[in-house]
Amino acid sequence: MRTEDLVTMLATGALPVDSGAQARRWTIALAAGAAVATLMMATLLGVRPNLAEDVTVPMFWIKFGFAAWLFLGAFAASSRVGRPGAPFGRLPAALAAPVIAMWVLAAVALANAAPAEREALVLGQTWAECPWRIAAFSAPVFIAALWAMKGLAPTRLRLAGAAAGLLAGAAGAFVYTFHCPELAAPFLGVWYVLGMLIPTAVGALIGPRVLRW
Amino acid sequence: MSASEDRLKNLLVRGLAGDATAYHGFLKDLSALLRGFLKKRLPRTPDEVEDLVQETLLAIHNQRHTFDASQPLTAWVHAIAKYKLIDSFRRRARSDLLTEPLDDALEVLSTNDADAAEARRDIAKLLDGLPERQRLPIAYMKIEGLSVIETARRTGMSESAVKVAVHRGLKALAAKIRNET
Repeated sequence: MRTEDLVTMLATGALPVDSGAQARRWTIALAAGAAVATLMMATLLGVRPNLAEDVTVPMFWIKFGFAAWLFLGAFAASSRVGRPGAPFGRLPAALAAPVIAMWVLAAVALANAAPAEREALVLGQTWAECPWRIAAFSAPVFIAALWAMKGLAPTRLRLAGAAAGLLAGAAGAFVYTFHCPELAAPFLGVWYVLGMLIPTAVGALIGPRVLRW
Repeated sequence: MSASEDRLKNLLVRGLAGDATAYHGFLKDLSALLRGFLKKRLPRTPDEVEDLVQETLLAIHNQRHTFDASQPLTAWVHAIAKYKLIDSFRRRARSDLLTEPLDDALEVLSTNDADAAEARRDIAKLLDGLPERQRLPIAYMKIEGLSVIETARRTGMSESAVKVAVHRGLKALAAKIRNET
């Protein structure tokens, strides 16, 4: 087929493009992923019984906001990385900001603590499970986000995989806050970040293979 | 360059809204620009240029919903053309052909080349290899130029199924091209 004929074929009967389709795809993906993750959390671990007491502690809301901010940032990054040539602008800074803020809070908390208490602030009671649970709860959103990304046109596949992974990791962390008893900034700055980085790394690893188009 | 940016963007925006004539004009002009862009970057394998022009046109058509009218068209086209070019290098494992820098986004609309060579790969043959449920809607709608309603009547499919089949069929065609080399 000559190029001229291909052009004619592609243009013939070309229908108006549905501009809302991308937003719908993301909405379906994230709603389904978050619903499954929430169900996993509620049935496998359960919502913490003393959650009602926690909501009066500022650190609970900081933890909540930390995950929510990263989720929104990773969503903005994912939708942009899926559009060829779209600039990232200040997104890298917006993604780094909550992590740096958490590390600053952690440094302050460690500096104010007695040397003997510092280890407990970092390790908490659940350090060994925390990153793996966040990674596990990120799985449904991870699959959903890769599906949504496949409907776009990422030209940097590793970055696209990583963005989808971070989005899933932040969703996993957000869902996990409803179970997790830890409120110390040093703990969150290490184990929450690590938990979110697991799906991010997996995404970067498999991006070039699964997102090719 | 900015003249072609504005003109092409206008054609594409109208095309995305359903103006098939404007969209045809967009693809036609774009194919000449892509040819210029790719010829320069494949100086040692000129016979691969037309194949890649066609592959990139199909990619742009299939991903046209990712175009954001608030962004420059040049950056969008360049990102796709560069992606397809690098992907073809990777497929053929001949990255040594990369002699020209790829990073000048403005250049994608700077060299016009209307002189189409013969493509070596025949897209019509690949189309024939698609499953019936995709091949027929494409043949009726995109080659014979029938409407969605008429295509739906002839194939016994619903109108929305026809639209989905055409879309999926063209994506499957792109996958066939990708896996062929």
